[in-house]
This record gives sequence, structure tokens and C-alpha cells, in this order.
Amino acid sequence: MISPSSHLARLLSLPLFLGLASPALAAEIWVTNEKDDTVSVIDIDTLEVIRTIETGERPRGITFSKDFSRVYICASDSDTVQVMDPETGKILHDLPSGEDPEQFVLHPNDRHLYIANEDDAVTTVVDTETRTVAAQINVGIEPEGMAVSPDGKIAITTSETTNMAHWIDTETRKLFANTLVDARPRHAEFTAQGSELWVSSEIGGTITVFNTADQTEKGKITFEVKGVHPDRVQPVGFEFTEDEKTAFVALGPSNHIAVVNAETLAVEDYILVGRRVWHMAFSPDKSLLFTTNGVSGDVTVIDVAKRDAIKSIKVGRFPWGAAMRP
Amino acid sequence: MNAYLIALKAIIGREAFRFVSQRGRFIAALVRPLLWLVVFAAGFRAALGLSITPPYATYITYEVYIVPGLCGMILLFNGMQSSLSLVYDREMGSMRLLLTSPLPRWWLLFCRLLASTSISVLQVYVFLAITALYGIRFAWYGYIALLPALLVAGVMLGALGLALSSAIKQLENFAGVMNFVIFPMFFLSTALYPLWKMAESSELLHDICAFNPFSHSVELIRFALYGQFNGFALIWTGLAGLIWVALALWGYDPARGLVRRSGK
Repeated sequence: MISPSSHLARLLSLPLFLGLASPALAAEIWVTNEKDDTVSVIDIDTLEVIRTIETGERPRGITFSKDFSRVYICASDSDTVQVMDPETGKILHDLPSGEDPEQFVLHPNDRHLYIANEDDAVTTVVDTETRTVAAQINVGIEPEGMAVSPDGKIAITTSETTNMAHWIDTETRKLFANTLVDARPRHAEFTAQGSELWVSSEIGGTITVFNTADQTEKGKITFEVKGVHPDRVQPVGFEFTEDEKTAFVALGPSNHIAVVNAETLAVEDYILVGRRVWHMAFSPDKSLLFTTNGVSGDVTVIDVAKRDAIKSIKVGRFPWGAAMRP
Repeated sequence: MNAYLIALKAIIGREAFRFVSQRGRFIAALVRPLLWLVVFAAGFRAALGLSITPPYATYITYEVYIVPGLCGMILLFNGMQSSLSLVYDREMGSMRLLLTSPLPRWWLLFCRLLASTSISVLQVYVFLAITALYGIRFAWYGYIALLPALLVAGVMLGALGLALSSAIKQLENFAGVMNFVIFPMFFLSTALYPLWKMAESSELLHDICAFNPFSHSVELIRFALYGQFNGFALIWTGLAGLIWVALALWGYDPARGLVRRSGK
């Protein structure tokens, strides 16, 4: 077997890594492993898994409270949202989430969780303080993507089978608009100013961009990865850079991340990552991006400035969601 | 000037002149790997990237994987080309003239080896400049770390050419070298596929590839391009180089070698 006896590059690249990671001392990326029923915690400084924590069955969506004192985990097959103490890794309590919670989003008030219940065609609003269901809103079939506008006035649920983005007034907790998107919408995000809503369609292979003010379609992004059949180009999770000029889009089984100019909506680059890339999370300074690669069971680290994959880190089986803890 | 240096200068000068006057050879040496990169590798672009093995820290396209192997290809074909020109020199009588020099034979052969390796190294860097334009780039320190790796691998493959040239009686026999040395060495190596991929198809194939010194020179180049050092590959390449050099010295020894037996 051919094997290296030493690694000169480690020495050469160490200052580079330290330089990249220094503003984000001790920060972590938490990754849910849906087949292992665990969360892998990656240290951003060392780019290694430092902890593996057991969760409920099939953990997928993951998000932290505003002060990062609690972490919420969608344990889909346990039909619950688990609340964990990130310091100890202990489950503090479960929240009544409705059936099969897959994705959720925490309202800017840091209190209400908006949860997509895939099997029930409803969006459940859970009060994390009283630990009760505050509301259940009927949406389309197989709800999946969840987003809340930065001002907290609008919540979005995307339904995979109805192929719609459902616009929910968070005060009345009623739908006030439904907009068609391409087949199987999986993820939704508002821009930081809240003026635009982006919705990715997995089967349609597109991202539809809406004007939030009047819910009209502003544009559509299509993808084309060299050497990959179009059927395998399936946009799912995506994130915006700090300046919101660029979006990174996970393209599922095409094993690539697309780099999209958020102003012109043109795809500028494609980055090779692991197999079946789902979601992603930035380091605190947004210099590194961590993508969860479901089938290859790893997380690829992307240097955002260079738009280059620098390392892939083995985690548990079928990593799905990712969240940053500073 | 020291007689040794005069010989070195003269031999390198002759090789350099030959290189400059044979632009077709230079272009041909570049076209071959570029065709592999642009045509062959492009077809398999997404075929690799299923496993991460050192020196890679993440997934790569096949085009990126194949570049060090194509650098090795340039060295291998140039080493054999050098062997071909040695046979030609012998047929033309200029080799006899060279070997009648009072300087030790090993020095003359070493000069010849160094001259052909230098030209190969130059060609590899030109090839890498073209691949950089094509979009496959390495860190700056990789290009620097590559130089000693190319010299070691180039000398090893050049020495193989020397050893072979001492055994080849006529220029016409060179086709046999292509079929029985160059092609097996190239295809049964890690130049085109990593060892784990070979093991998937056959353990025997894997073992042959792992034994093949050309695999180790390719790995030496591959690691160097990422600023890493593969000690095992260096030892294996160096060992093979020593064996070829010893064979070449023996082959060119008028008292014992193959030159005498072949009557040239």
C-alpha cells in the first residue's frame, strides 16, 4: 500500500488554516445524522469531530436558540422536537411537534418554533416556553421547507407534493397567499432584509425568487453541472453570504454546491463535495461553509473566499442538517 | 574547466540542441498527455470522487486525479525516447565516440541521464502551465516541491531507458519496448486509477500496480504537488532507479555487458 511517511503540507498549510479559523475560536458545527440517531459536533479550529451525541430517532432539522443555550432537534421518527443542553448534550425535554417533524424555523421572538409536519399536511406552531402547541395551520401535502421573515411577520411553508410556497401571517396564523413553484420544493429562505424569498425545488431543479412585498416571482435560477445528468441536479438547502451578494446552493445527488450571484441570479461556479449534499452552515465569520453529504456520510468544508473545497470530515451515517454554535 | 564538467556541458548542450531543433518532439510530448486530460479524463469526470485517499483531503474530479499520472507519462515517454535516441546514436556511431572518452563510463551515462531528465522536467512544467489554464491548479508550494520529485522520478525512468537501450540491438526492436515496457508500466500503475479502484476489480491487478515502480514515481509526484512528502514512494523509486543504473552500467560495460554481446 502506498502511504505517506510525513506531511510537509501540514506544516505549510497550518498557518493558512489558523489564519482562516482564528476569528472563530472554539466555534462548532452541529450536524444531525439521520441514520445513526446522533449529532456530530465539529470543531471549526481543528476541523475534526470532537463529540457525538445521541438523539431521538432520525434527527434532521437542527437550530439553536438566540443565546445558544438550547439546541432544538427535529427527531422525525420519534415525532418530537427535542430540546438539548449543548454544554452537556443532555435532552432537557421534548416539545409536542406533531407527526414527523422534518424542518423547522425559530421565530425571531426566540419563542415560537414553526414546524413542518410532513405526514400531516400541517404547520405546527409550538411555544417553547409553555411547551404547548400554539397553533396548527393547514398547508399543502408533504410540507417541508420552513422560513420566517426577519421582521417575524411572515412564515413560509413549502409543500413537496402541492408544489407551493404557503405564506402565513404570523399574527393571525392564517395563510394569506399561496404561490406555485417547481416540483418538490424543499427549502425556503428570506434574504436578511426580507425583501426576497428564495424557494428551492428539488425535482424541478430550480430556485424561484419572490418579491416579499407582493409575492410575485422575481426570477428563477437553473443549474447545469458539467458531466452530470440534469435529473441528478436537485437543489435543496442554501445559504447566503454575509453581504448577501452570493448564495451557496446544495445540489443533492449531483454532489456539487452551486455558487450563485444573488443580484444577477447567475450561477458563477460549482464546487465538488461529497455524495448527496443536503444542507449547510457557515462558520461565525462566514469564511468557511460546512455542507452535509448524506450518502458519503461526511461534511465538506468550503473556503468561501476561494470557492474551493478544502477538506471532507467523516461524521455519522446520512448527515442531514447543520447549525453553527459560536 | 574540469574534464568532467566539460563532458557534462557538452552532453547537456547536445541534448538541448537536439531538443530545440526537434520542436515536433516537444509538441508531441505535450499533445499526448493533453489529449488524455481533455478527451479521456473529461469522459470520466464524475466517475471518481467516491473515496478520499491521501494526499487528497476532499473529493476531486478525475481530471484532477489524472494530472500527476500524466506528468509521470511525460517522464516515462521521454525516458524511453532517450533510450531510442541512444540506440540511434549507437547505430550512427556517435555513442562509440562518446564511450571512448577517457572519463568513467558511469559519469558519461549520468550526464546523459541528467540531460534527458532536465528536458523532461521542463516539459512537465509546460504541461502544468497548460493544465492551469485549463482550470486545474495547485498551490504555489506544490509546484516548488514538485521539482525534486520530478528529478528523482525522471532519473529513475531515464535509467530504465538507459538499461533498455543497452539491451536493444536495433532501432526496429524499439516497438517491443513500447508494447512490453511503456504500456504495461503506464496502465498497470496508479497513473489512471487509485489502488483501491484497482483492488475493486482484482487483487492481482492491485498487487502488480503496488509493485510497479512507476506507480511510486507517480505517487511521489502526486504528493509533491500537494506539498506533501511520500517517503515510501521515494524509497521505492530510488531503489528502482539504482537497479536500472546498475543494469545500464553493466549493459554498457564493454567487458561484460550487452553491448559487447550484441556486437555493437
